[in-house]
Amino acid sequence: MSDVPNELKYCSTHEWVSSVDDGVVTVGITDHAQDQLGDLVFVELPEIGQAFEAKAECAVVESVKAASDIYCPVSGEVTEVNEALMDSPELVNDDPYGDGWLFKVRLTDEAELDNLLDADGYHAAADA
Amino acid sequence: MPFIPHTEEDVREMLVAIGAPDIEALFDEIPANLRCGKLKQLPQAMSEMEVAGLMSVRANQDGQPVCFIGAGAYDHHIPAAVWQLASRGEFYTAYTPYQAEASQGTLQVLYEFQSMMAALTGMDVSNASLYDGATSLGEAVLMAVRANRKSKSRRILMPRSLHPAYRRVVQTMVESQGIELVELPFDPAGGHTDPATLAAFDGQDIAALVIPQPNYFGVLEEVDALTDWAHANKALAIAVVNPIALAVLSPPGEWGEQGADICCGEGQPLGAPLSSGGPYFGFMCCAQKLVRQMPGRIVGRTCDLDGKVGYTLTLQAREQHIRRSKATSNICTNQGLMATAATIHMALLGSEGLERVAAACYANTQSLVQKLTTIGGVEPLFNRPVFHEQALRLPISADGVLSQLSVMDVLGGLDLSRDYPELGDVILVCATEKRTETEMHDFQQKLQMILTC
Repeated sequence: MSDVPNELKYCSTHEWVSSVDDGVVTVGITDHAQDQLGDLVFVELPEIGQAFEAKAECAVVESVKAASDIYCPVSGEVTEVNEALMDSPELVNDDPYGDGWLFKVRLTDEAELDNLLDADGYHAAADA
Repeated sequence: MPFIPHTEEDVREMLVAIGAPDIEALFDEIPANLRCGKLKQLPQAMSEMEVAGLMSVRANQDGQPVCFIGAGAYDHHIPAAVWQLASRGEFYTAYTPYQAEASQGTLQVLYEFQSMMAALTGMDVSNASLYDGATSLGEAVLMAVRANRKSKSRRILMPRSLHPAYRRVVQTMVESQGIELVELPFDPAGGHTDPATLAAFDGQDIAALVIPQPNYFGVLEEVDALTDWAHANKALAIAVVNPIALAVLSPPGEWGEQGADICCGEGQPLGAPLSSGGPYFGFMCCAQKLVRQMPGRIVGRTCDLDGKVGYTLTLQAREQHIRRSKATSNICTNQGLMATAATIHMALLGSEGLERVAAACYANTQSLVQKLTTIGGVEPLFNRPVFHEQALRLPISADGVLSQLSVMDVLGGLDLSRDYPELGDVILVCATEKRTETEMHDFQQKLQMILTC
């Protein structure tokens, strides 16, 4: 199975969430997700300032063979998006947990992080 | 490769494979009371000879009138080579290619079509065509609402100077999607949308402004001012254009400071004959940044593993067969045959030929209007410049005049009072490059006779 860093939290829909920094988390898609999608050609990101409920559709990643919705793992407001993906969507393939991050969210409720999977939980969910 | 549908033997084998006794059995789950059964109103079948006879009787009822009607469909000359080539077996399908990459020739034609439309409109990209002009505008409106992420209002400004049928079709397509169409009045003297009237919407949340060029009355709109107003108010500018007119007018890609965002229109003037309203085709082009919101099919050019040029359907992740309910549109086809004819038509004429057609249309319409307005009581309704149509006021009932003309084998224009009752007795006339001085003189004589009787 692909790379699943222990320090991150996960959704069964293949998003990862960083630890909280001053009320804000970073969101991306997992190594497994980018591998399944294949070469990304386009990423449609949310608008800064847009608010989402947990599990709401908030972005789209498009590969040569599919376009998939990205769900916001936690409720909150978008504070930053990865502008570099506009010209270089392949960053998501090359470095899904680093330069290929998608957007940052200011959490409405930090307790929601407890609903997410840890690395072992995601392993189990992705293998199932 | 055979493009013939399943033979009886294919059907038999498929039925055996799925264990169904016959095709009828596949429809078992539809309750009997919902099924229409056999069609009862169909007349007896006729032989080819009988059908040809019947059709020639019907065609003779139409006579051979001289056409001065435009209003969205235009009587242009189509070089004989256009349909001679478009009717070749290799091209002769109404549809988008399904086993697409097996049909390299078809894809190449569509790629050429897209290249020509992008050049003509001055836009970055074109799709492989849509059903017709009116539905292409409906798709453009839906696209604008998706693409304009700065706007939350789903409000579209639609000038009343836009083709009435287009306005009705767009209304039908978008009304159940929470999109509001706001009508803009036209200037009673100019027949155009005065950019000053847009001041009423300054600072409001508008998703897009529709800009027809020329408009339904043939009048040229102030496209630069309208496009700039749209962009200043964070709205997209949707151009609705006549492709022939673009040979002499500035292309939508160059309107205002930034150019229009989406451009659509009716492709019939490019090689499709007038024929009871169709088949015609729609076209749509847009700025590169909006291409992922564009509906329809897009053909791209690429290289295969051996470095040879190949054509392929591209950006398909927007489309229904991949994106399902979240596709940009339920359009997953194009008007293949009409787009093929248009491509051949444009290739035969070239940019110089298109320009000459456009210039001749303009000159003939000027000449026609000059002749008709020598008759007492006949005068232009609007004072702004036109392309190849002009609204003319008549001293008596437009409907009556037009029926008398048609008896004399002249289709003397369209009665505008049906869609614009406030205008009174007004007809819209058009003289394409096909109309001769003799025909126009004859029209004048007959109109004069009717009006002086």
